Amino acid sequence: MKADVLVIGAGAVGTAITRELTKYRLNVICVDKREDVGGDCSKSNSAIIHTGYDAKPGSLESELVVAANPQYDKLTADLDIPFKRIGAILPAITDEQFAQLPEIKEKALKNRVYDVQYLSKEQILAIEPNINPEVKGGLFIPRESIIDPFIYVVAMAENAVANGAKFMLNTEVTGIRKDGDRVIGAETTNGYIEADYIVNAAGLFCDEIANMVGKFDYTVVPRKGQFYILDKNTGCKVNHIVLPIPTKITKGKLMTPTIDGNMLVGPTAEDLPDKYDKSTTTEGLDSIRADVQKLIPGVMLQDTITQFSGLRPNRNPEGLNIDVYDDVKHYVNLSGVRSTGLTNSISVGAYVANLLREIGLKMEFKDDFIEKRKGIVCIRELSREEQHKKILENPLYGNIVCRCESVTEGEIVDAIHSPIPATTVDAIKRRLRAGMGRCQGGFCGPKVIEILARELKVDPKEIRKNNSKSYMVCGKVK
Amino acid sequence: MYKIDCDVCVVGGGPAGLAAAISAKQNGAENVLIVERDEALGGILQQCIHPGFGLKLFNEELTGPEYYGRFVIVAKELGVKTLLNSMVLEVGEESVICINSEHGVCEISAKSIILAMGCRERTRANIMIPGTRPAGVYTAGTAQRLINRQNEMVGKKVVILGSGDIGMIMARRMTLEGAKVEAVVEIMDYLAGLTRNRVQCLDDFGIPLLLSHTVVNIKGNDRVESVVIAEVDENKKPIMSTAREIECDTLLLSVGLIPENELTGKANIEISPVTKGPKVNQYMQTSIKSIFACGNVVHVNDLVDNVSAESKKAGAAAALYAQKKLKSKAAITVETGENVRYVCPQTVIPADEKVDLYFRVMKPQKNVIITVTDGDNTLLTRKAIKVNPGEMEKATVSVKDISSLKVSVKEA
Repeated sequence: MKADVLVIGAGAVGTAITRELTKYRLNVICVDKREDVGGDCSKSNSAIIHTGYDAKPGSLESELVVAANPQYDKLTADLDIPFKRIGAILPAITDEQFAQLPEIKEKALKNRVYDVQYLSKEQILAIEPNINPEVKGGLFIPRESIIDPFIYVVAMAENAVANGAKFMLNTEVTGIRKDGDRVIGAETTNGYIEADYIVNAAGLFCDEIANMVGKFDYTVVPRKGQFYILDKNTGCKVNHIVLPIPTKITKGKLMTPTIDGNMLVGPTAEDLPDKYDKSTTTEGLDSIRADVQKLIPGVMLQDTITQFSGLRPNRNPEGLNIDVYDDVKHYVNLSGVRSTGLTNSISVGAYVANLLREIGLKMEFKDDFIEKRKGIVCIRELSREEQHKKILENPLYGNIVCRCESVTEGEIVDAIHSPIPATTVDAIKRRLRAGMGRCQGGFCGPKVIEILARELKVDPKEIRKNNSKSYMVCGKVK
Repeated sequence: MYKIDCDVCVVGGGPAGLAAAISAKQNGAENVLIVERDEALGGILQQCIHPGFGLKLFNEELTGPEYYGRFVIVAKELGVKTLLNSMVLEVGEESVICINSEHGVCEISAKSIILAMGCRERTRANIMIPGTRPAGVYTAGTAQRLINRQNEMVGKKVVILGSGDIGMIMARRMTLEGAKVEAVVEIMDYLAGLTRNRVQCLDDFGIPLLLSHTVVNIKGNDRVESVVIAEVDENKKPIMSTAREIECDTLLLSVGLIPENELTGKANIEISPVTKGPKVNQYMQTSIKSIFACGNVVHVNDLVDNVSAESKKAGAAAALYAQKKLKSKAAITVETGENVRYVCPQTVIPADEKVDLYFRVMKPQKNVIITVTDGDNTLLTRKAIKVNPGEMEKATVSVKDISSLKVSVKEA
């Protein structure tokens, strides 16, 4: 196998880089050790497209996030990605917090986020009645937005595939070959891939890849964030992203609607040694309760339908870094792409492409780049007439498998046979929401296993929740 | 859109829907239609292959399929129509919208509607068990479906949280299929399900039941590798010094059922915060007069025999309503007295008839007197050796000329 550019990691960042490179006449391969794109950090985060108002002014992170935000209107329209500009509110609950507002606004200006507005107590309570009535006033950041993070990564990857990129999943990089001071290819669990250029976008595992090329200048320090997801019918909701005023120690815990109308509450921020520890803890979940109640006193965490945790790929020393080296040529290393990674992925793509050009990659524009991608039809969102028409076209759209989220067999079959095939229970869930509702897969789980086995022509015991050891059933009954 | 007309439309073809449809037909409704999302009638009983059904109603011990099979035969004989593989999306006062592969979107108009959607299981997230999120954590009913309908074994070494009936029945089922059930763990200091199930499903198979214990952690990144259990104090808080790890590949949850009332809520029918099901009167009529409800969608039952009895009333009343023969009069609210969590029906219309009041107690109690009163007037007193939240109680009283109604359970 041979590629002009090999991208390691198929998260939000890796897929965005891959897609960007398909705008040029290049042969691009993206590998990931997981079974699906977006299988790690990109799937478990707050699903917010940030403005960068609170970034460190002058930093690369600030530059990339601020440049990314305005791109999402067109991008999400082109690629059929659910996205809403709902705006964020930072309510000052205490006098001390109120005194911090001018400073926060000034920092936003330094980050070239000029549309931050002051809101009075009355204005805040009028648009967000569930905020603590003690609120003194606050800031409104209109372009803070919410997105479907799963569909974002899938859409970017599918569009890259439509433009000629190749994705190799379940493919772990085990070594990088060099010829003198330049990289020439990667050993993987799926064979050797010869590559003229290599981009390390391995997120949580980027330090391990860096070690393979002989770089030991940083380590990844996963920062765990635990969240609650609340039922769509919970009695206490918010209409905007409600963010706490940050303290010196933490950005704090927020409450926001998700793109599908659930409430997302969290996250914690816990530095950990273990890159695989995605457990939730009673202490963590209790701390969310305590903090969020200060903002939204009526929050009903008992309406939770799930709790999860994600790991932000922080690094030590801190900071988002995109590096090229004199002593490791034809290689780009990304590290510290943390909370803002989902947002800035789109600018990182362009930034990395340009960096590759600077270090010698020959890049010719393509005339036939396909800009648009259409997702799987979402039956629940169609009008009754449209649903009727669709079912007559394909009867499988008339068979609802997931009751809570009204997902049909037709959509599941479409996902299994899509350009980035959904081959696991979680992959189906992320693309379609089957199993993401209040029964958490209790009803649809067994049917999804059956449909996956049928479409993939394997025995149900081969079906996985996500990675290779996560079997769902262990064989037939006696 | 595909249009269908009927007199009584029943949403759900499980035991409740079947009994209601039969009764509607027997009470003069001509055109009765069951809309069922599964490929066959019977509901959850299709996967309940164990015996224990029908002791009250048929005086026989039947399996789930045998039990509903009897109803299916009668329904067919009476000419009840069915629409299978059809998911109802919306319920209106006199309309039901569903979709299926054959006809697309179907708009059903009906003179009365019976809701019989049953219930669903509470999940791991509902009770917030911390830990990782590996494969191998199933609700007991999901595991039961996989094993009994899809012939797929879910695991080999199992811990079961919750001593609900399905949990205990699955403990036995898993054991019979060669799995090792390490323990059934129950947070309360009493059994959640029926005593007979503890004897027949746990004791007879030597499966330990750990009362006042809960699962405090789930371990394993891919598949369950172990769970940590601990004793709880009187406030149900885990005592971490008692924590111990049990190696297993599967955790089954039998931690309660919730009536499935998404459609009911969307139809703006009044829902009881206690039962989480629609409030009904003795005719199983909801706050929307043309819509009736029965079975686990109203309140979670422990015996299907009770479901059938209650559904029979719903069917009869819905049929009378469709024929404009059901009188509508002011109802009184049934009050819950000492140690009574809820009473179903929640309201009663005074009439010259006897009404079955189903109720559950809040806490277990021994040697009690159950009373039903109308102000100072006692309508019924009955002694009971013990009452238990896991076992539903029934009191039948005449409701002629009553002006109030209250159910209480007191120490004798």
